[in-house]
Amino acid sequence: MMRWIWRTVIAIVAIAVPFIFTNEYYISVIILACIWALLSVSLNLIVGYTGQISIAHGAFFGIGAYTAALTMLKFGLSFWLALPLSGLIAAFFGLLVGYPALRLRGAYFAIASMCFGLAINVIITHWIDLTRGTMGLPGIPEPTPIGPLTFESLMAKYYLIVIFLFLTIFIINRIVDSRVGKSFIAICQNEALAESIGVNLMRYKVMAFAVGAFFAGIGGSLYAIFFGFISPEVSGLDISFNTLVFVIIGGAGTMVGPIFGAFFLTVLPEALQVLKELRMVIFGIILILTIIFLPKGLFPGIIPLWSKFIGRFKERKEP
Amino acid sequence: MSLFIQQIINGLILGGSYTLIALGLTMIYGILYIANFAHGGIYMLGAFASYFLLTLLGIGFFPAMIISMIGTAVLGVIIERIVFRPLATAPHANGFIAALGLFFVLEGMAAILWGHDYRTFPTVYPQIISFFGISLSLQRVLVIGVTVILIAILYFLIQKTTIGRTIRAVSQESRAAVLVGISANRVSAFTFAIGSALAAAAGTLLGPIFLVYPQMGNAPIVKAFVVIILGGMGSIPGAILGGFIVGIVESLGVTYISSTFMDLYAFIILIVILMFKPRGLMGK
Repeated sequence: MMRWIWRTVIAIVAIAVPFIFTNEYYISVIILACIWALLSVSLNLIVGYTGQISIAHGAFFGIGAYTAALTMLKFGLSFWLALPLSGLIAAFFGLLVGYPALRLRGAYFAIASMCFGLAINVIITHWIDLTRGTMGLPGIPEPTPIGPLTFESLMAKYYLIVIFLFLTIFIINRIVDSRVGKSFIAICQNEALAESIGVNLMRYKVMAFAVGAFFAGIGGSLYAIFFGFISPEVSGLDISFNTLVFVIIGGAGTMVGPIFGAFFLTVLPEALQVLKELRMVIFGIILILTIIFLPKGLFPGIIPLWSKFIGRFKERKEP
Repeated sequence: MSLFIQQIINGLILGGSYTLIALGLTMIYGILYIANFAHGGIYMLGAFASYFLLTLLGIGFFPAMIISMIGTAVLGVIIERIVFRPLATAPHANGFIAALGLFFVLEGMAAILWGHDYRTFPTVYPQIISFFGISLSLQRVLVIGVTVILIAILYFLIQKTTIGRTIRAVSQESRAAVLVGISANRVSAFTFAIGSALAAAAGTLLGPIFLVYPQMGNAPIVKAFVVIILGGMGSIPGAILGGFIVGIVESLGVTYISSTFMDLYAFIILIVILMFKPRGLMGK
C-alpha cells in the first residue's frame, strides 16, 4: 500500500516538473540529472548488486552516444532504431571486455576496467576519420516524430528521457528480484560461498556487466539527442567517476540510493553555482565522509534516522 | 640501430619514472590492500612544492626535492591517520573509494589555489650528453640515476632495518605480525610516509620534463597502476620490472608503430599479460 502511494506521488511529481520549473535552465539540469540517474541505476547492477567496482561506465555511455550519433548522421537511421542499437553495441563491448576483465578481482578489476575506459576515450579522440576527434559531432537530429508526437521541445525531451529512466528502473528492479538477481547478490556477499552452492561466477558477473553496459549505451544515445552535439568527453573518465560517486554516496545495492545520489549531486552544485574545481572538492569530501561514517551510502544511512524520528513521533502521540 | 638503442634508453628513462611512482603505490597496496588513487595527487603536490621552492626561494634542485619529499611524507602520515585508519577494518573497496575521494580533493584544491596554468620548471640541468651517436639531456639521465639510487635506499630500508622487517612481516602475514607485538598502525603510517615521499621525488624529477599543473597526476597514476598490476600488486620487484617493461614498450611503440595511440600500448600489454597471469608477473 505504502509502495503504491509513493509510486503515485513520484509519477505525479515527474509529470508536474515541466509545469513547476518553466525556466529552460532548470529543466535542462533536471534532464541531465535524469540521464545520470539512469546511468547510476545501471551501474548499481554491477557495483551494488554484483559487487564489482567498474570504472568503465563512462566508456559504455560514450560508445552508446557515438553509436547513436554516427548511425543517425552517416546512415540516416531513425532514432528509434539507433537507440536500441546503441544499447546493443555497448552490451557487445561489455561482453568483449567483461570476459577477460572479470576474471580479475577487487582492485585489479577496478583498474583494468578503468584502463578499458581510457582506451575507448583515446580511440574516440584519435580516430578522426570516424569521430572527427575533439571537434565532436554536431547536428545530431531530433528523434523522428511518432504520429502526432514530436520531440523538438525541451518538455517533450524531458518526458522522453523520464520515460526511459522509469523503464530502466523497472527492468533493473525486475532483474534484481529475479533468480538471476539473487545470484548477483550472492556473488556480491560472498563469492566463494556463491560458487560453492553452484552459482556460475563468470556467467553472472559478465551478465550483470553486459546488462549494465546496455543501459549505459541507452543513456548515451539519450544524451546525444538531448544536446544535439557530442565530443570525446562523453566517453571520459569523469563520467565513470561521477557515476560511481553517485552510486556509492547514494547507496550502492539499494534501488533508490543511486537515483537519490544522482539527483542530489547534480542539482546541489548547480543550485550553489559552484565552480567545477570546488565541486570536485565537495564531491571528494562527501565521498570520504560517507565511506567512513555511512559506508552503505546516504540513503540507507538516512532511513534508520528517519524511522527513529517517526518512531519517536508515534511514541509521543500514543499516550 | 642507433635509433633502436636510443629508444631503448628513452624507454628505460620513461620506465624509471613509472617505477618511482609505482613503488609507493605497490608498497601501500602490499600493507593496506588499498589501491591508493590519491597517489597521483601526492605526486602532483610534490611537483608543485619543488616548483615553488625552486622559483620562489631559489634553492637548489636536490634540496628542493628532499624538502618536498619530507613535506609529502608528513602529508602521507596525516592522510593515513585521518582517512585510511578509520577504514582499516572495512572492506578493501571502501579504502579505494576513500582514496578516490581524496584524489578529487587534492586535485580540486590545487586547481583552486594555483589555477590551471601550465608551469615550466626552470631548467636546472639543460646539458646534453652524447655518446656513440646517442644523445640525452642530463635531466633525463638524472631521472634514471635518482630512480636507481632511491631503489637502492628502499631496498636497504626494507631488507636491513627493523622498521623494514616489520613492514615485510605485516605484508606477509599481518595477523601474525600483530601477535608478535608489531604495531600495525605504525607500519601503515610509515609505509604511507615512504610511498608519498617517493611520489614527490617522481614529481620533482618529471616536473622539468613534462609540465606542472593540477591534473599532471592523472596520466602517471594510471600508468603506475598498469605497472603494478603487470608486476603483481604489492610486489616491489614486480613494480620495478613492470615499470621498465611498460616504458620500453611505449618508447618502441611510439617510434615504430604510431605516436597517436601511445597510451594504448600499456593497456594492450596489460591485457595480454593478465590473460596468462591474472595476478601479474610477480604477484603473490
